[in-house]
Amino acid sequence: MIDINESVMQFLLAFVVLAPLLGAVAALLPAPPGLKGKSPGQAVLRHGVTVTGAVLIATIVLAVGFDHDHPSKMQATTDISWIPALDVRIHLGIDGISLPLLVLTALLTFLCALYSYFKMPAGPTPKAFVALLLVLESGTLATFAVLDLLLFFLAFEMVLVPMYFLIARWGGEGRTRAAWRFILYTLLGSVVMLLGLLLIGIKAGTFDMVALATDNGRSLTASVQVIAVLAIGIGLAVKTPMWPLHSWLPDAHTAAPTVGSVLLAGVLLKMGTYGFVRILLPIAPDGFRTFAPYLAAFAVVGIIYGSLACLSLAKQGAKGDLKRLIAYSSVGHMGFVLLGIATMTPTGVNGALFANIAHGLITGLLFFLVGALKDRTGTTDLDTLAEETGAALYGKAPRLGGLLAFAAVASLGLPGLAGFWGEMLALFGAFKPATDLSRPAFLTFMAIAAFGTLLTAAYMLVVVRRVCMGAVPQEAPKLADVHTYEFAAWTPLVALTVVAGLWPRALLGLTDPAVQQLLAGGTR
Amino acid sequence: MSALAANLVQSVDWLAIAPPTIAAAVGLVVLVADLFVPEPRKPLLGRLSVAGLAAAALMLLPLLDGDRATFCVNGTHACSYTADRFTLVIQFLVLGGALLAALLSVTTLRDADRRLPEGEYWFLLLSSAAGAALLPASRDLATLIVALEVASLPVFALVGIRHGDKKSSEAALKFFLSSVTATAVSLMGISFVYASTGTLYLTQVADRIQHVEGQFHTLAQTGVVLTLVGFAFKTAAVPFHFWVPDTYVGAPLPIAAYLSVVGKAVGFTGLILVTVVGFPSYADVWGPALAALAALTMTVGNVGALRQQATRAYSAVRLLAWSSVGQAGYLLVPIAAAAYSNDAERSIGSTVAYALMYAAVNLGAFAVAAVVGRTRTANRITDYRGLYATNPLAALLLAFFLLCLAGLPPGIIGLFAKVTVFSAAVNAGLGWLAVVMAANVVIALFYYLQWTALLFRAPEGEPVRHRLPAPLTAAITLTGVLGVALSGAPQLVLRFADTGLF
Repeated sequence: MIDINESVMQFLLAFVVLAPLLGAVAALLPAPPGLKGKSPGQAVLRHGVTVTGAVLIATIVLAVGFDHDHPSKMQATTDISWIPALDVRIHLGIDGISLPLLVLTALLTFLCALYSYFKMPAGPTPKAFVALLLVLESGTLATFAVLDLLLFFLAFEMVLVPMYFLIARWGGEGRTRAAWRFILYTLLGSVVMLLGLLLIGIKAGTFDMVALATDNGRSLTASVQVIAVLAIGIGLAVKTPMWPLHSWLPDAHTAAPTVGSVLLAGVLLKMGTYGFVRILLPIAPDGFRTFAPYLAAFAVVGIIYGSLACLSLAKQGAKGDLKRLIAYSSVGHMGFVLLGIATMTPTGVNGALFANIAHGLITGLLFFLVGALKDRTGTTDLDTLAEETGAALYGKAPRLGGLLAFAAVASLGLPGLAGFWGEMLALFGAFKPATDLSRPAFLTFMAIAAFGTLLTAAYMLVVVRRVCMGAVPQEAPKLADVHTYEFAAWTPLVALTVVAGLWPRALLGLTDPAVQQLLAGGTR
Repeated sequence: MSALAANLVQSVDWLAIAPPTIAAAVGLVVLVADLFVPEPRKPLLGRLSVAGLAAAALMLLPLLDGDRATFCVNGTHACSYTADRFTLVIQFLVLGGALLAALLSVTTLRDADRRLPEGEYWFLLLSSAAGAALLPASRDLATLIVALEVASLPVFALVGIRHGDKKSSEAALKFFLSSVTATAVSLMGISFVYASTGTLYLTQVADRIQHVEGQFHTLAQTGVVLTLVGFAFKTAAVPFHFWVPDTYVGAPLPIAAYLSVVGKAVGFTGLILVTVVGFPSYADVWGPALAALAALTMTVGNVGALRQQATRAYSAVRLLAWSSVGQAGYLLVPIAAAAYSNDAERSIGSTVAYALMYAAVNLGAFAVAAVVGRTRTANRITDYRGLYATNPLAALLLAFFLLCLAGLPPGIIGLFAKVTVFSAAVNAGLGWLAVVMAANVVIALFYYLQWTALLFRAPEGEPVRHRLPAPLTAAITLTGVLGVALSGAPQLVLRFADTGLF
């Protein structure tokens, strides 16, 4: 939109990736005089807000300076040799696919830092918390900004240790086990992924994603592609997560502190689906075609499985945990994303990318709300909350109840809100998949997935009924309604959910040209 | 007359053989000086030894300009001592490792308060370092075995140096008996090879062993396998690993550190020389054997480390011992891959790069363990709880070293060293080995991260502030700076994985 000098753009992108890392180191050092604040804890939390805020501003400037007429072109690219022995280059760049994810990551991390500034999760020192949060941000941003397979792997691994500690140290009940499951599962996946990446790099002679995407799998034999897609796909599917590799997710979400859950659902899961679009689709299309129907099948099973799990958790007397329920709903939503990708059509992939962003916004908001609910009532157990009649949030804290209802209907895909377009486009894509994929199979998948949306609506409405509605007993203590800082942290998410729902072109206009080119044979 | 003399008396390239020679000479000087130095001035010996090792390492610098060879048979290219790039890199590793172990020893000896004989200790350490530095340069089987024994015999004595300590003597005996058996087997293998080829020079063996007459074929093959056994023992490859945990626990901590790095370097250097230089035509024999050995070694080592109970006495050292067995498995992968790849030197380079990374971070971990071991003599893993609260920098560095060993960011060098090993395996088509290694990386993460996490827990009971004497600080700083620098510029060591070393 605004013409910004290319070297400034390059600097901004490098800044976005490196600034959180430097900020993390700075967080561990004692605060300089003049920035000591009221207490060391407050100073370091403020430091976190400052750094994530600066990164957010930088990404917004990047988004503004991005050439929106050519979203398929890699912009703000840097390409420096780092480890010649392994042919690893520091190759950074953004296009219409990565830019929205970059902004989403920076936004969610900033909101999390802001939220923690006022509501620090119970646990050890804030110092380590802020440092870990910043390393996490750097890793996720790097995942979306790098264009080298081995750097992608490095960035992918970088988030593991900070997330492990966030869950294990600041988490709730069962956190140790959940943290271990998270890190061991994901590491197993990503090491297998590394084997696939190495196979591609060795056979094609380069690890550069742009060169590989332009090559479009022509220098890789079919069998190499099949093996590579299988290995990389498993790694990404664990991260996404795809049914049946999802079992680490509910535990991790349930145990993680609020901001951990927000970032896990909002950003970390996207690293998996982004990898599918950025690496597998353009680099090994033949191999991906072989597995596309299976991927779609697993995705559809995930949709139904996630919804059924949620329904059973939402039932009265099931002792369902709200955080667990949202985690399972993520499995379902990610199923739609995977289904869209598996169609290998522009429509489906655009839908997948849209659903990615929408899920980040809506589920991030949901986890924030449930976290706030837990702070007020001390529990996320649906039965304890709702008792016989319902928690009556509308009566006790009307604004909180209203927001929760809003997030719930956005999550079930109400037209006019962000959740709708992605899932609809994914279903459209499945209606008419790529020419060499079996149409009857995908029609079946589409029908089942469509049924899944009904189930999603069912459990979300049950949750709204049980948490928000109900009679307010006279002697019931009033709950604190939404605080100002909570408003500050949540309003951007609400606003963006509405904007993305009413004006999907803003996002699709960015992703569509890039996706078209990716499917047709690489990035220019 | 003069022509005859020239034939009989070889000219010696003193500069080329300087690094091992200096180490050996300083060792002798220390032994003699021990007789004349009065008791209160004994720490002087330690300083002399550290200086000697540093000087030996510095003597590598003038050799960098090109390959040198000495002790050659006239008229042929067969030489006993070669100072090529491979030799220099390994000598750097070995002497650097010995130097760090020596830094750790200075404090250990002072803390022991004359219960350890200083003169003997330094003499033995320097002799072993001299042998280890000679080994990568030797290019005939006899020198190789002699170097191997010079490197390991002093270590037996070092392991058992704690007089009156039952565990120490038992460890030394265990180590000695099993090592000697392995060497004997190796010698028999070498005699078989000599019988079938008529030469001991590795390059000539490589030529002649291809044309062994039919009836000697089995003899040559047996010879190859038996020769490998001795070296596999030194790398502590499974099933020759059982001496490791007890030996590490029984030995003084710096000696355990020395064994874990230099002892391993000696073993795998010998393996590389024998396999890649000596018996390349028998790749179909040693390739699968080493691949199987690698898979077994890493699995047994990592599972062993996993089973360590954090509350048991010496569990930290035990865990490092078992994990070093696991790491030996990773080191073997590229050597096995060399058998299958058409670019054996690049594969070997991966091992060398990995070994350099491993040496730096493992010695770093041992250095921090030495710090903690000074106040908590039992050196349990649980003793590390809350280390961050009292010694934040040491705790952060230990966490960094452990994550490097695990191969996870922020240990970037560890990650990329693993990537080179993986890529050697994938390149050679050893997919199954890569998958086994992948599973092992996950197992290893569990115990490394568990230990790392413990460092940052709130301390239990009265926190103990560990005092850092200067030599330990130097060792930790050195390894820490190395590890961080390598993480920023992994090319420094990974370049060996990209070029020919011989």
